[in-house]
Amino acid sequence: MDFKLSEEQQMLQDSVARFIAQDYEFDKREKIVASEDGYSKDNWQLFADLGWLMVPFSEDVGGLGGSAIDLMLVMQEFGKGMVVEPFLASAVLAGGLVAEAGSDPQKEEILTALIEGGLQLAFAYNEPQSRYNLADVATTAELHGDHYVVNGHKAVVLNGKAADQFVISVRTAGTRRDHDGISLLLVDAQTQGLSRHGYATVDGHQAAEVNLENVKVPVSALLGTAGKALPVIEKVIDRTTVALCAEAVGAMESAYKKTVEYTQTRKQFGVPIGSFQALQHRMADMFIECEQARSILQMAAMQLDGNNGVAPKAVSAAKSRVGKAARLIGQEAVQLHGGIGVTQELDVGHLFKRLTTIQFMFGSTDFHTQRFIQHAKTV
Amino acid sequence: MNIDFTGEELAFRDEVRNFIKQKFPADIREKIQNSIQLEKDDLVRWQKILYEKGWAAANWPVEYGGTGWTSVQKHIFANEAGQAGCPEVVAFGMKMVAPVIYNFGNEEQKQRFLPDILASNVWWCQGYSEPNAGSDLASLKTTAVRDGDEYIVNGTKTWTTLAQYADWIFCLVRTGPPEQKNQIAISFLLIDMKESSITVSPIYTLDGHPEVNEVRFHNVRVPVANRIGEEGQGWTYAKLLLTHERTNIARVAASKQKMEKVKKQAAQTSDSSEALSENNAFAMKMAEVEIELLALEYTELRTLSAISTGQAPGPESSILKIKGTEVGQAIDELLVEIAGYYSLPFVKDQFMSGFDGLPIGPGAAANSAPRYFNNRKTSIFGGSNEIQKNIICKAVLGL
Repeated sequence: MDFKLSEEQQMLQDSVARFIAQDYEFDKREKIVASEDGYSKDNWQLFADLGWLMVPFSEDVGGLGGSAIDLMLVMQEFGKGMVVEPFLASAVLAGGLVAEAGSDPQKEEILTALIEGGLQLAFAYNEPQSRYNLADVATTAELHGDHYVVNGHKAVVLNGKAADQFVISVRTAGTRRDHDGISLLLVDAQTQGLSRHGYATVDGHQAAEVNLENVKVPVSALLGTAGKALPVIEKVIDRTTVALCAEAVGAMESAYKKTVEYTQTRKQFGVPIGSFQALQHRMADMFIECEQARSILQMAAMQLDGNNGVAPKAVSAAKSRVGKAARLIGQEAVQLHGGIGVTQELDVGHLFKRLTTIQFMFGSTDFHTQRFIQHAKTV
Repeated sequence: MNIDFTGEELAFRDEVRNFIKQKFPADIREKIQNSIQLEKDDLVRWQKILYEKGWAAANWPVEYGGTGWTSVQKHIFANEAGQAGCPEVVAFGMKMVAPVIYNFGNEEQKQRFLPDILASNVWWCQGYSEPNAGSDLASLKTTAVRDGDEYIVNGTKTWTTLAQYADWIFCLVRTGPPEQKNQIAISFLLIDMKESSITVSPIYTLDGHPEVNEVRFHNVRVPVANRIGEEGQGWTYAKLLLTHERTNIARVAASKQKMEKVKKQAAQTSDSSEALSENNAFAMKMAEVEIELLALEYTELRTLSAISTGQAPGPESSILKIKGTEVGQAIDELLVEIAGYYSLPFVKDQFMSGFDGLPIGPGAAANSAPRYFNNRKTSIFGGSNEIQKNIICKAVLGL
């Protein structure tokens, strides 16, 4: 057991941190958010050129090794800069499914293009009724000879607006909440019958509602074994959840530091408001929350890379604790900034927004506390 | 970063496990299982067993008899000892005064005091707080006036934990004039408790036990040779000690043990139609405390790991104090809630050895409220949690 970063990991962290500090200032980010695409294609290509898109993947598919710690390091820095390029949705989540379930030719074709920066993916799993239950899949795929006919509605598909291809969870057998009978299909965004309605999300990212109406998908587009996709989805969502927690920790660090800085410059009653103990102790609490969140994040990331087999419990512990910290730090950062905190002008309000949405992605804080309880019973 | 234990670490874990299995006295184990309060003899006996093995002082440098363990080994030992229900080493000698002696004491002092601390031959207590010097510790008024080769000490120390057992007390005293700055006016003295002009009077804490004391010094003569380091530098030494004290105070292993107790008892306690552990509201409360404890465990591991790479325990150790005490207190509260009505009875001495009255309530239910009351102290002592936040603000956040 050790907590040291390797030299390569230190270099990776430094290089992402440098990019955030030099090329991703708040005003640049705001321009990107306001742009047509909602993310910068140049940045995306840069991520590819710098090898960051390799980070989520193992070496045999052209990745860097796929360590959760590496991923954590990248996401923490992305969190500090509130990066809106769809690294999490496209590479970690949808790419992760291809890497986990795909056949060798599928991995070769899709992941090579993804890692080179030429392909955007999205994972369409969520449905209007499913909330956080990954087994709640009402979208159907009926087998007709050598192809499936897919019908259904996928909700709030992250990166759904830009995706060239979708990984879609469908029910090939059983009824709505059955664990068995869920499959993954790889579907081109231009396929007849697939329509999407893209929109911005409150945190400056992009998503889409995706409607599937008699979409014909060849059987060869199956990712993995028909009907057996749920464990794969759970595994990749767990990994993505830890990456999201890392983003949150980065954003929290940024939020408490910006708050400390602001209270040292903002003067009221003739003194910096940071000299008031009533505010100082609240900032100490923000710092403590951030460090507790960082600790449990590191635990979960190490657990994913380790071989003890208690990862889901660890992931839920992390998401629950990080969610709690994200709420406190986001709200306090705005409160301590006062009026300017509730405007679009300052970055702190945007950190608050992202720290809010993170609480409700891949399972809310309460959802993960409950999931932790369930897993604690079985482990 | 890697969470898995290495082969050596696994072998060490087995060694610790076997050692405890063989050497931890059954009568002490039984007392702990039944929540019977341990006596001085129990604590000293276990510490001497550790001493025989060379495991008494996990944190000391090897040259003074420390273990030379890595941070992971310390974690493993604490966990194994906690799981087996072993009492923690009493901090005053081993973890509080010893680091001051081996860091700032002279050769003669090291040879005179350290071996007896290591072998648990001498019981120490801490003379810091005074009736009017609590959070503002540096405002202490106990004086030590130089008279030839001796100091004459006058004043009152308070909240002195287990002073009734103590052979020696380490004290912060004022050697400079009252108007002098604290940084140069306070000295660190070791005082023999056998002096007849020292009086110890018990203070009863909320659980009804005389755990702490008031210690009065009336013209106590203390050899100058008992002063650690320079005259007037005691405040600097004490601050170092306080950081050590804070790293010891997270008490993760002990809280993990107690958390297991909570889960077990909640599963055995009926709640309207089902077990309390199945009550969603209570299960959520338990899970939140357990998750906080898990985060704390890794905060502690990160801190220990940083110390092992040569960094002194920094202001981050204040997090361990704050969160460690909050988690411990939250667990105590869960135990009271589980006890329900049986949190009410107060049967004096039911949880002392030799009790021959009628025990009330299941298990240690009737001990839950006294423990909860008693442990409200933890967020107050060792620098209150508010003082810890001041430290974080000043030293980490730069406020």
